[in-house]
Amino acid sequence: MAVSVNEAVSTGPVRDHPPGARRLGGRSRSILEVALLAVLAVVMLFPVLWMIETSIKENRDVYAIPAKFVDFQVTSEHFKDVFVASGGGRSALSVSFLNSVLVAGVSTVLATVLGVPAAWAYSRFAVKAKKDQLFFILSTRFMPPVVVVVPIFLMYRQVGLIDTKLGLILIYAAFNLPFTIWMMKGFVDEVPAEYEDAAMLDGYTRLQAFWRFTLPLLVPGIAATAVFALIFSWNEFVFAIFLTSSDNVRTAPPAIAGLIGGTTVDWGLVAAASVVCALPVFVFAYLVRKHLVAGVTLGAVRR
Amino acid sequence: MAGIEVTALHKRYPDGTVAVDHVDLSIGDGELFVMLGPSGCGKTTTLRAIAGLERQTTGDIRIGNTLVNDLPPAERDIAMVFQFYALYPHLRTRDNLAFPLRAEGLPKAEVRERVDAAARLMRLGSLLDRRPRRLSGGEQQRVALARALVRRPRAFLMDEPLTNLDAELRADMRTEIKHLQGELGTTMVYVTHDQVEAMSLGHRIAILNKGRVEQIGTPLEVYERPASLFCAAFIGSPPMNLIEVEVADGKLRSQGGLVLTPPPGLPRDRCLLAGVRPEALEVTEPGAEGSVPARVVSAEWLGDEIIYVVDHGDQRDVRVRMPPTGRFAVDARVGLRHTGGTPAVYDVSTEELVA
Ligand SMILES: Nc1ncnc2c1ncn2[C@@H]1O[C@H](COP(=O)(O)OP(=O)(O)OP(=O)(O)O)[C@@H](O)[C@H]1O
Ligand SMILES: [Mg+2]
Repeated sequence: MAVSVNEAVSTGPVRDHPPGARRLGGRSRSILEVALLAVLAVVMLFPVLWMIETSIKENRDVYAIPAKFVDFQVTSEHFKDVFVASGGGRSALSVSFLNSVLVAGVSTVLATVLGVPAAWAYSRFAVKAKKDQLFFILSTRFMPPVVVVVPIFLMYRQVGLIDTKLGLILIYAAFNLPFTIWMMKGFVDEVPAEYEDAAMLDGYTRLQAFWRFTLPLLVPGIAATAVFALIFSWNEFVFAIFLTSSDNVRTAPPAIAGLIGGTTVDWGLVAAASVVCALPVFVFAYLVRKHLVAGVTLGAVRR
Repeated sequence: MAGIEVTALHKRYPDGTVAVDHVDLSIGDGELFVMLGPSGCGKTTTLRAIAGLERQTTGDIRIGNTLVNDLPPAERDIAMVFQFYALYPHLRTRDNLAFPLRAEGLPKAEVRERVDAAARLMRLGSLLDRRPRRLSGGEQQRVALARALVRRPRAFLMDEPLTNLDAELRADMRTEIKHLQGELGTTMVYVTHDQVEAMSLGHRIAILNKGRVEQIGTPLEVYERPASLFCAAFIGSPPMNLIEVEVADGKLRSQGGLVLTPPPGLPRDRCLLAGVRPEALEVTEPGAEGSVPARVVSAEWLGDEIIYVVDHGDQRDVRVRMPPTGRFAVDARVGLRHTGGTPAVYDVSTEELVA
């Protein structure tokens, strides 16, 4: 422990300060902290705020120079445009949102259904070279998607999965599986194996024991893990833009990106679509906020 | 109900640990059999092999007259109580008790009847609608016992079921378990590393060490004639004094001058150790009849008894258990006298009881 000269020499009054306040005076330290955090918050939140503002601004206010921060006309036009096509009927964007729901939902279910039993098996049984296997599983997540997207594109073209929702579902499930196994293993490790032992002695088979006793205890963990998988699939952009092209297959992220790049960009529409896309992630992130830190450390869950 | 036969049990875990080296047990029908041993000696592993939760590497297990080596736990008709009670946390006491019965597919009325009977026996009346989290350790323990006996299994296996309770409750539960087992007459294998528990509960005790059985016997046999130096050092608190002796003139003589009556059939020309319980020795006034001169090294006053550590010129100091009357000061000159009968005698090289 570092003892400041101040403390070593003088007696009495210095000790009255809270321990953290020794190096800088208590007040100046907290002012600095607040200031830094405020700057950080502005930098992080401004784009989000700007996106939300733009999504509800009248078009002429969107393009106004100088930009209008407060006194603009409010409209819901852009949000209507997100869902309804100009000539009436469903817009291409709304189709992409439905695709996103389908692809993210099914791939998450798939990753969970495969990952939870796998995590259970890794947690409960003596598997040969268990550590190596687990490391290998984790290592598949080391590389960014963009590294493998070309080979996957070529393979998908061979087997006819290019530009299909099934193709996206499979690749997302494959990417979420390692994560699910690691995170769920942490949760399974915390459920004492004795529950299953007791159930087996009570007359159940091993699988029944898992199904009826361990699984119910895992539900919170499964929910948290599934939400992470869902957020990943929902936000995923690289695979989506490389592997899909037609409007009725595209998910929301590439569809929104596709709005930018014409001769004129309808920024109001882009912003509104982005808000719609971000909303579920906000909600989900709020639901699993307790597990966010745990999730970042990939299954190293210790309570 | 049924006895349990374990023959040449050997268990090696996949990581190479030999948890059980060689264990033979023959547990009678209706017996309360205790397995006692230090931590890591393979008690739990043996028990789990009997339950079918762990497959033994080699060896046979018979329950009743059936060879159960290849039977899954569910078909062995055995109930087990774990050190950590393993009550299903999402179920109320009532459902925890009913679960094994529902697994058997018993009709509802009978399930209710049996649950009520077990609850009455273990006095769980007011706890039936609580979940395990809202039960105290002792209550959880009672529920765990009730869950074991509600099924009326052929045998109970208990893996240190009282370790998590405080001393007083442990003593109560011990009495309760013993009483219950006597009442039901169901075979019970009880694992513990607490010798007091083993002594007070067991019809017979098996002492395990490093995956092997060191001794099997009634509490009295195990206490009076430990079969090996390990058992001698393990049983009793403080343990037996092991005093180096020589055979001369038909007597056992220690370096310090103690003279003991030898058991018949002692081998000659071997290094021998006599096992003398602390209560078979006595501290006396110096020069008392039959005593050897000695000095009190330390005295530990335990309320109802005093443990003296006494130096009588032997290599090792001996411990003496005395009633709390007549205290001797530390460093006082005293006499040391043997008052017990024939001691157990061990061979130093084989570490086994010779006579
Ligand atoms: N699943 C396992 N894999 C590998 N080794 C194990 C396993 N379970 C137990 N062991 C080892 O086997 C040995 C015996 O273990 P066991 O649990 O049977 O001991 P025990 O007598 O019950 O001890 P305690 O009194 O501490 O409960 C120990 O050395 C232990 O480390
Ligand atoms: Mg154990």
